[in-house]
Amino acid sequence: MLEKKNFEPKIVAFCCNWCSYAGADGAGTARKHYPANIKIIKVPCSCRVNPLFILRAFQRGADGVIMCGCHPGDCHYSTGNYYARRRMTLLLSMLDYLGVAGERFRVEWVSAAEGARFAQVMNDFAEHIAALGENVKLRDLRCKK
Amino acid sequence: MQKIEKLLQKRAAELLAEGTVERVLAWHAGEFFYDNAPAAVSSADECDKLVYNEFCPANLCKYLIETSHAGKKTAVFLKPCDTYGVNQLLKDNRIKRELVYAIGTPCSGMLDIKKIKAAGAKGIISVSVDGDEVVVNTAYGEKRLAKADVLLNKCLMCKGAAYKIADEELAEPLPVPQFTGDKFAKVKEIEAMSAEERFAFWQSELSKCIRCNACRDICPACSCEQCIFDKPDTPVAGKAYADEVEEQMYHIIRAFHVAGRCTGCGECARVCPQGIHLELLNMKFMKDINSFFGQYQAGADSETPAPQVSFKQNDPEANSAVEGREQHV
Repeated sequence: MLEKKNFEPKIVAFCCNWCSYAGADGAGTARKHYPANIKIIKVPCSCRVNPLFILRAFQRGADGVIMCGCHPGDCHYSTGNYYARRRMTLLLSMLDYLGVAGERFRVEWVSAAEGARFAQVMNDFAEHIAALGENVKLRDLRCKK
Repeated sequence: MQKIEKLLQKRAAELLAEGTVERVLAWHAGEFFYDNAPAAVSSADECDKLVYNEFCPANLCKYLIETSHAGKKTAVFLKPCDTYGVNQLLKDNRIKRELVYAIGTPCSGMLDIKKIKAAGAKGIISVSVDGDEVVVNTAYGEKRLAKADVLLNKCLMCKGAAYKIADEELAEPLPVPQFTGDKFAKVKEIEAMSAEERFAFWQSELSKCIRCNACRDICPACSCEQCIFDKPDTPVAGKAYADEVEEQMYHIIRAFHVAGRCTGCGECARVCPQGIHLELLNMKFMKDINSFFGQYQAGADSETPAPQVSFKQNDPEANSAVEGREQHV
């Protein structure tokens, strides 16, 4: 395993097009710093995120995955994030139950106006993952070949 | 049970002869007396080969999908627990109600031949039930076992004798195994373990998996026509590449796909050739759904919206599901 001080976690962030991705833009425009290890994947809505995406990210070597969407009640499609919330609650609980990656996956709501909050959430999460270290439990061994 | 078998044969023949249905789903004898298999018959003459006894655990409702597609009205014999599966298929719009003729078939618990053998019965010729006891007729004489000790695991969590859907009932209900304990006891036990212990437990459990897909094939909730596990480019590539990560992935995905639709029939664990406790994954989702989103029993009716296709504005936040849990490293 890498030395923790040199360890640069790989973090995947699923951001919805309407709120969180715009929030990331807002963070950029406001010159708020957040770590470059965060790779953003834009999705139309947090409800688009299939639990398999999260598992796949972990499988292919992500150390942490964060899903961001509009605040409940603010969804561009009215109700998408409510469904996403139920789904991710179950997924998180299951990952924890299997003892694999419960702490490495997080769901946060970030609106388009919350650039500073976006940067804050990402900084916190990157710090949290860096402290946890490399994800070895749910990683596809083929990635190392 | 023999009386019920006669009634079943008679009723199946009647329904076919009078043209009410084109096909009947029931059970017929397998290679041995204890492995009765699902059977589909379409003529009244064949009905005498149908059997019904304590070794007919198979839930027949999944075969309704195919007969529904074929547009053939089908009679199906359903034990009380099997009726949940039919409701779930109706809710998922997988079968057409007008093409199903559901016949409630009394059941007093199905027996597990593995448990009978494990109890020391050798050279078994036949098995019959006598009240609370099971009489095993062996080549070395008669052996009596307590019925509760040799019931299938799924019958130990019996949901009762009530049919959730039935066009007619074949006979008076039989007394079902009484279940009084906490059905989530084992799930709670695992939850109480440390993260490392849980990981080790599931690793040892899931690494037994040979990816035969039997758990998927039997499941009445797993009813997609095109399954993700059959796609060659799926992230869980298949047996050739299987490593422990893929086994975990396979089982998380399988359990997740039926979360909120799993009726808890226990068929997945029953058919698993490796004896993996798959019900513990499904039960975890059932427990979570009950505690996060409110009490729900899949298949109890065919109208209530499933938890994953409905929501409440005040649902708990996702992160709260693991708040306060021990950190995984």
